[in-house]
Amino acid sequence: MSASARPNVRSDPALEAKGLNTYYGQSHILRNVDFRVMPRETVSLLGRNGMGKTTLLRTLMGLARAQSGRIHLNGIEITGARPAAIAKAGLAFAPEDRGVFPNLTVQENLTLAARAGRGARPLWTLDRVYELFPRLAERRAHWGNQLSGGEQKMLAIGRALVTNPDLILLDEATEGLAPKVRDEIWATLRLVTATGIAAVVVDKNLEDLLALSDRHVIMSKGEIVFDGTTQTLRAEQALIHRHLGV
Amino acid sequence: MELVLVQILNGLQYGLLIFLAASGLTLVFGIMGIINLSHGSFYMLGAYLAVTLTSWLGDIFLALAAGIPLAFLFGAAIEWLFIRHLYGRDHLQQVLLTFGLILIFNELQRILWGTRPLSVPIPSYLSGSIRLTEVLSYPVYRLAIAGICVLLALGMMLVIQRTRVGQMIRAGESNREMVEVLGIDTRILFRFVFAAGVALAAAAGIIAAPVETVYPGIGERVLIISFVVVVIGGIGSIKGAFVGALLIGLADAFGKVFLPQFASVVVYALMAAVLVARPGGLFGRA
Repeated sequence: MSASARPNVRSDPALEAKGLNTYYGQSHILRNVDFRVMPRETVSLLGRNGMGKTTLLRTLMGLARAQSGRIHLNGIEITGARPAAIAKAGLAFAPEDRGVFPNLTVQENLTLAARAGRGARPLWTLDRVYELFPRLAERRAHWGNQLSGGEQKMLAIGRALVTNPDLILLDEATEGLAPKVRDEIWATLRLVTATGIAAVVVDKNLEDLLALSDRHVIMSKGEIVFDGTTQTLRAEQALIHRHLGV
Repeated sequence: MELVLVQILNGLQYGLLIFLAASGLTLVFGIMGIINLSHGSFYMLGAYLAVTLTSWLGDIFLALAAGIPLAFLFGAAIEWLFIRHLYGRDHLQQVLLTFGLILIFNELQRILWGTRPLSVPIPSYLSGSIRLTEVLSYPVYRLAIAGICVLLALGMMLVIQRTRVGQMIRAGESNREMVEVLGIDTRILFRFVFAAGVALAAAAGIIAAPVETVYPGIGERVLIISFVVVVIGGIGSIKGAFVGALLIGLADAFGKVFLPQFASVVVYALMAAVLVARPGGLFGRA
């Protein structure tokens, strides 16, 4: 489904970044990046390793400081804001390493994050997350470090959901997961985005992302080299081969 | 047999006291990544607060009740004034600034209380001894110290295990960045943790004052032994600090009696042995 075909898509972006330049020490990682996500839109962020995808997500979340450029979330400028303030403004981040607290139980990982939402969407509660991931419900008393990789990913997504965000940034959504668990994660993301939460998803499984997302952005050497719909991207086989090695 | 029993009691009482002092140090190091050389000064602050507050209020326990919130506020102010500027900076800068704080606190102590050794009276209702066996009695106040330390330690563990603030502290211990990503302002969390650490060290100084001489530099001995506890227990681990402090207390008490010529090195030998067996400490991440 394309973004334009979805109901209630407003014209103002949920997230808009303009002219982002981010450095790690002397290394210039993001080069003049313009990036936007519309409300309720699912965007896949593609590219080979080391092309700047994670740095872009970290910059949007306030974990890496942009040397220049501006970021707006729901029309409010969040450039240079602390990650906590950005999270409260409606952005959630599930990092590549999942960021599960190993010394907290599943239940504690969720309750620590739980927060009332700001929008009119139905609230994501712990019970709703347990309905979505019954395996987490079974393991609610287990410590974070007792979970499998797939369960940790589910917990990372569940924890992002109970912050009741407007937009989720999901880094390496299914990396290292068994095919069955991977399918479970994709199915869950479809359910989540159907509730009206926008998402930016980084992953290496192109076909899955083509099926999931409304729009696709390809990064190469810190720059955006493609921004378009599934249909447009499918027509660009040479570009896919050059930048994604598929 | 009596000698062993006395050393066990002495060791546990000293260990529990050291635990209070070291718990703040390990939390500040483990959660905030700050090496705080001035931590011993907060024990000294407690000891001198005991002198002043007991003379005003007439009782060491009233001094304790008033001293803990005062020390907490003092800690929050120190964090706001100095410590918060150290987050994300390298350890050399942390060591330099907190060493500078030791010099400032020592000078303030001399201005406010002078250099003469001071003492705090044991309350009359706790000044006696309790008979443990036919030939052995033990000072009641020392048992009271152990009891208060156990209560404070249980309170701290309850907060850490059962409250939302405790969840934040434990989460911050393993992944500070992710705590912030979940919308929790780590500036406030860090201020609370630092202030709580100051209050606990000061509490140890207050309740120990009646059985110690209060003198300038009293905190430096506590600082060194607190670092030993943190290393033995594992950085950031409250459970480790508890076990480490009790081990240190017992090793110190038994060392003084059974190995008097090596008494000063027993605790460091224990630390070296733990480091060889578990480089990350007993409960730390290797």
